[in-house]
Amino acid sequence: MKLGFLVDLDLCMGCKACEVSCKVENEVPLSSWRLRVKYVDQGLFPDTSRTFTPLRCNHCESAPCERICPVSALHYLENGIVNIDKDRCIGCAGCIMACPYGAIYMDPETNTADKCTYCAHRIASSMMPACVVACPVEANIFGDLEDPMSNISRYISRDKKVQVRKPEKMTIPKHFYVGGGQAQLNPQASLREEGYSLFNNITHLKHIGKGH
Amino acid sequence: MDHSQIINNAVVTMDVALPGVVWGWMITLNLWAKSIATGTVLVGAFLLARHKDEGGVNGIRMLIPIIAFIFLNIFLLFTLLDLHQPFRMINIFLHPHWTSAITVGAWIATALTGVIAFMTYLSIIKKETKGLYDTLLKVAVFLAIPTTLYTAVIMGEASARELWATPAELMQMAFAAFLAGSAILAFFSGRWTKEARRDLAIILSIAASLSLIMYMGEYFFSWKAAEVEATMAFVHSGGEWNTMFWAGQIIGYMIPIALSIMAIRSGSEGLLKLAAICALIGLFIAKHVWLIIPQLLPLS
Repeated sequence: MKLGFLVDLDLCMGCKACEVSCKVENEVPLSSWRLRVKYVDQGLFPDTSRTFTPLRCNHCESAPCERICPVSALHYLENGIVNIDKDRCIGCAGCIMACPYGAIYMDPETNTADKCTYCAHRIASSMMPACVVACPVEANIFGDLEDPMSNISRYISRDKKVQVRKPEKMTIPKHFYVGGGQAQLNPQASLREEGYSLFNNITHLKHIGKGH
Repeated sequence: MDHSQIINNAVVTMDVALPGVVWGWMITLNLWAKSIATGTVLVGAFLLARHKDEGGVNGIRMLIPIIAFIFLNIFLLFTLLDLHQPFRMINIFLHPHWTSAITVGAWIATALTGVIAFMTYLSIIKKETKGLYDTLLKVAVFLAIPTTLYTAVIMGEASARELWATPAELMQMAFAAFLAGSAILAFFSGRWTKEARRDLAIILSIAASLSLIMYMGEYFFSWKAAEVEATMAFVHSGGEWNTMFWAGQIIGYMIPIALSIMAIRSGSEGLLKLAAICALIGLFIAKHVWLIIPQLLPLS
């Protein structure tokens, strides 16, 4: 079994239900996110469009975070999930520096690294990840990539425009996107300025974990 | 920020706050102190081998382990302080993960610190153990090389930051060790012979020149990878990082090159010490800029 995720960006409407459900399910502290939905606007008025991109851990087959972790706190599960043992983590932040997708954060309550685990605890109980359950339009598709009859495998086989983020990093992500373009998947392709924008203040955290 | 890669006026209009700088000044201090410690061992061992009559490098047998011991402990202290769970450092020894350069480096650095501590004890307390000291110095040199280089592999493993490429960082770390080692020893070279001081000045000038060439190569010819180009835009486009970058290059490399060449010609101890002060200050600034700028890029 090799679990993977696919997001159909043509379906996503940016409701952030996945983001909220992830926060609740995993008790993610304030100022930290395992999953977030980024809004990117494109074009010039009146020819403009708004896109929504859910971003989470890619559970790479060749995960740089797993490789750099000095104590194997980040490790593979048999189903392909890159899991984290927070009790073993020493908080060196090597994984944060290694992840090309910015998917790992320092938990300010435990002072250890943390990230999306595809809700490994729910999967162990034969349940779907919280974000999949919460999505009102089934834009989040989750399943076994090695099972040709799974929803995700059929999606990938019939859609020719399946993409991953930063394929040049050779991390072999197990998180795919259908639809969307460079502006959504490549952070260098959109302008990101600090300051008040649509509904919130886009900024950088002043602290990483507690006491830093 | 580099705007050249933006597609169709795309702009992020809503997102969460992203982590800021994760590895900050403590890591810079860690790198800097490690360069001094390992450089002292490498340059000191070279001087001791070259000037077999210890009168030429008076007191160097005691200087090498003491300086290395102090700076290795500064390096280890700030490594610990930078951890968010410092008391779990023991997990590196209980649950080592050998694909990680952090693990390998921690084991080697610990072994080097042990050897250096024993050498310090021998040189201060038991002064009649020259044979044992010489054997330990060979072991220390053997361990100092990977200790100074392993951080380059960590930076290479930090694959989110394309600016840090292992081959280039390996060379930078080696040059930094020779620069810092020769600079710190210059402060204690007052009673050495002119030939020994000349050797120090030559090492310092060569290490500074090679470092400068590496940085200038990155500064002027970094257009191959989009992320590297975007990272270098933080120093290309003016502002505080541009100022700090050039401050590091001028204070850390250009001035020491000029001063050490003058010291080689004149045999001036004062010029050599001035070059050493500049080199140590500039090295810290240059390393800090290089550590921070890749962390300013949004990753997602």
